Amino acid sequence: MAELSALFHGFAVALSPLNVALMFLGILLGVVIGVLPGLGGANGIAILLPLTFSMPPTSAIIMLSCIYWGALFGGAITSVLFNIPGEPWSVATTFDGYPMAQQGRAGEALTGAFTSSFIGALFAVIIFTFLAPLVAGFALQFGPPEFFSVYLLTFCSFVGLGRGSPFKIVAAMMIGFALAAVGIDTVTGQLRLTFGFAEMMRGFDFLVAVIGLFGIGEILQSMEEGLAFQGKSAKINPRVVLETWAKLPRYWASSFRACLIGCAMGIVPGGATPASFMSYGVAKRVSRDGNKFGAGQLEGVVAPETAAHAAGTSALLPMLTLGVPGSPTAAVLLGGLLIWGLQPGPLLFVEQKDFVWGLIASMYLGNIAGLIVVLTCVPFFAAILRVPFSIIAPIIIVICSIGAYTVHNAMMDIWLMLLFGVVGYTFKKLDYPLAPLVLALVLGDRAEDSFRQSMLMSQGDVRIFFSNVLVGGITTLALVLLLWPLLVRVLPRTRQPQPG
Amino acid sequence: MSSFGHARRALLLAAAALVGLPTAALGWEPTKPVEFVVPAGTGGGADQMSRLVQGIVQKHNLMKQPLIVVNKSGGAGAEGFLHIKEAKNDPHKIIITLSNLFTTPLATGVPFNWKDLTPVAMLALDQFVLWVNAESPYKSAKDYISAVKAAGPNKFKMGGTGSKQEDQIITVALEKATGTKFTYIPFKGGGTVAVQLVGKHIDSSVNNPIEGVAHWRGGKLRPLCVFDSERMAYKDKIAGDMAWHDIPSCKEAGVPVDYVMLRGIFTSPGVSRDAVDYYLGVFKKVRETPEWKKFMTDGAYNTTFMSGAEFVKWLEQAEATHRTLMQEAGFLAKK
Repeated sequence: MAELSALFHGFAVALSPLNVALMFLGILLGVVIGVLPGLGGANGIAILLPLTFSMPPTSAIIMLSCIYWGALFGGAITSVLFNIPGEPWSVATTFDGYPMAQQGRAGEALTGAFTSSFIGALFAVIIFTFLAPLVAGFALQFGPPEFFSVYLLTFCSFVGLGRGSPFKIVAAMMIGFALAAVGIDTVTGQLRLTFGFAEMMRGFDFLVAVIGLFGIGEILQSMEEGLAFQGKSAKINPRVVLETWAKLPRYWASSFRACLIGCAMGIVPGGATPASFMSYGVAKRVSRDGNKFGAGQLEGVVAPETAAHAAGTSALLPMLTLGVPGSPTAAVLLGGLLIWGLQPGPLLFVEQKDFVWGLIASMYLGNIAGLIVVLTCVPFFAAILRVPFSIIAPIIIVICSIGAYTVHNAMMDIWLMLLFGVVGYTFKKLDYPLAPLVLALVLGDRAEDSFRQSMLMSQGDVRIFFSNVLVGGITTLALVLLLWPLLVRVLPRTRQPQPG
Repeated sequence: MSSFGHARRALLLAAAALVGLPTAALGWEPTKPVEFVVPAGTGGGADQMSRLVQGIVQKHNLMKQPLIVVNKSGGAGAEGFLHIKEAKNDPHKIIITLSNLFTTPLATGVPFNWKDLTPVAMLALDQFVLWVNAESPYKSAKDYISAVKAAGPNKFKMGGTGSKQEDQIITVALEKATGTKFTYIPFKGGGTVAVQLVGKHIDSSVNNPIEGVAHWRGGKLRPLCVFDSERMAYKDKIAGDMAWHDIPSCKEAGVPVDYVMLRGIFTSPGVSRDAVDYYLGVFKKVRETPEWKKFMTDGAYNTTFMSGAEFVKWLEQAEATHRTLMQEAGFLAKK
């Protein structure tokens, strides 16, 4: 086992006192970055990157990748506590995490989220250790039609998913697509839907929309409901961690599926966001308690978190082996590699053994360090909910505003955030789901690009989406999922009809 | 306050006289953090270069105030350029440019021009190389072009970064020069384009050296020619026994197309000569550091440095070239 001896050598590199200290520092910074909406892993790492130029490359990447793990862990915290996703891939975590917090089970939700993040990451790192060269080849199979089919699958698995009317889901999704179209169009290079305003040129950033829709919208609603967070009764009990761990093995099947979905999406690289949504959707369909999803099921937190972290971790693989980042954060890390004088690509594993295996070893260690840090803090995080609303609400609004401003350093984004807050409140009152809008805003742009690139490649022939087994399979699966609710109604029922 | 300032200045002058520094160095210095705008997203070529500069300035203590990199990529970079244009007389803002300095206003009609900014210096020029998959049968630019010609229009797929920007301009110039027609497929980033070529989803690309080098060394891509009138200067072996210098120029390969991309520094309009000289001094020092030299070698950059009237003349010429190329390609924004 050449890999194992290389890995142990890597542990030796990563376990130097300096590197361990940097690891914990990175995790702490990352958690803070993940908690603050708007700052985000990509921005955080970009800001800290120049600080690392005087370090040896291995130490630098260990610290920066630990910031990345920390941000992945931290994104779940605000999703669960305040229904404000700190990162795009935490949106699906709010579906069940926030209802759990409202029922006083915030500690359980957080423990579930952190533990499943860890399991997802561990699974991905093991894949990373042993299958790196093989897996890298898989990513090369993906051209524009394949990417489009993956996005289509994400959208379709969503339409039949929600508890509300599918038409409301489609309507919300279409608004998301329209918002995603604002700004420069990659394919024609023209500005679209900016109405001549320079401020509109950068388009609508996902983070600004999410901070407004979820954060401000939630606060508006809480104000209407008598200025109280319903999670006040949150238990502060350190044993909650152990109690939750006892429950988790029950969801092994969901976990395992989420690991697979996450790894595939991370390597492709479709990214952690589609992975988390897709995993939530699949878990809801397949699970015995599927109809209870959205009302505070622990499994509904486990599925997206496992997938997001597995994807986030495996996103580093195409970055190292192909030089293509699987996520915005990975893109910044990639810049770092080049500046440290390391050339990502097939030869990195051959020429820079110390660096690569040090990094892989730090993935194991960094995630263990991360789990320890965040689990110790669970009771404190949960305790935040006991602070009276009249104190915490202004703080949230301030943090949201700073977050929205940080995204592009633009005042305009704070006004947009407030506007999105009103939209979010209206959506909730009219019982329109917010998640499809967010999903379309995040992926709409990329889906459109890959569709039009495919059309250019095939000279306008849609059969390109069925031109080989891979793309054809994914497209067919997407269409089946889209029409699933119809099929269930039309076909003779083989299963017991669901109540209601 | 002002008398105190005078006193301090006098003191500094005295100190300068003591250590024998030229007094011109004291003309202007930043008094607050300097914003370094990148009119492109994180992770791209301009972003990498600016973050490297930020790191070098910090490591070698070249500026008394911190340099803060800010990405303003909206509207193909127009957001960043407008930000500098609107910051009149503010010497605490500088911007790094890529070809979108010329292409964005021409293609989108967004109202700005390089003349709205104050030019500081040309840092380097980025090269473009014609790449094909290493498993393809084309050994030279001539082979490839004749295959494209033989296949007929729109049969070969050229991938590139963005639309109506440098990669597509080169593609159109290539088509004009050789009487061929490609299907141009725009992607968001250069790294993606290179991987799409490795995965054989496209037939060729015009990636920058730094975007293609890893795959070249890994035996996945083959460089055919560099879009310049002469070969690249770097003679160190990169891939097997090949160096950048061994790649023929497109001109000698019978494809008379040359194009280089500006990596230059500008500041806001109306900034004093003293401030421009200050930044010029900083960047001259940056260019002397080993980190910068290594970065130039890795990316096979053309390290031409220009400032002042020479730089302005170069800019005027480059703008005219872009206008001609884009007009011929039909890329100009409709007014």
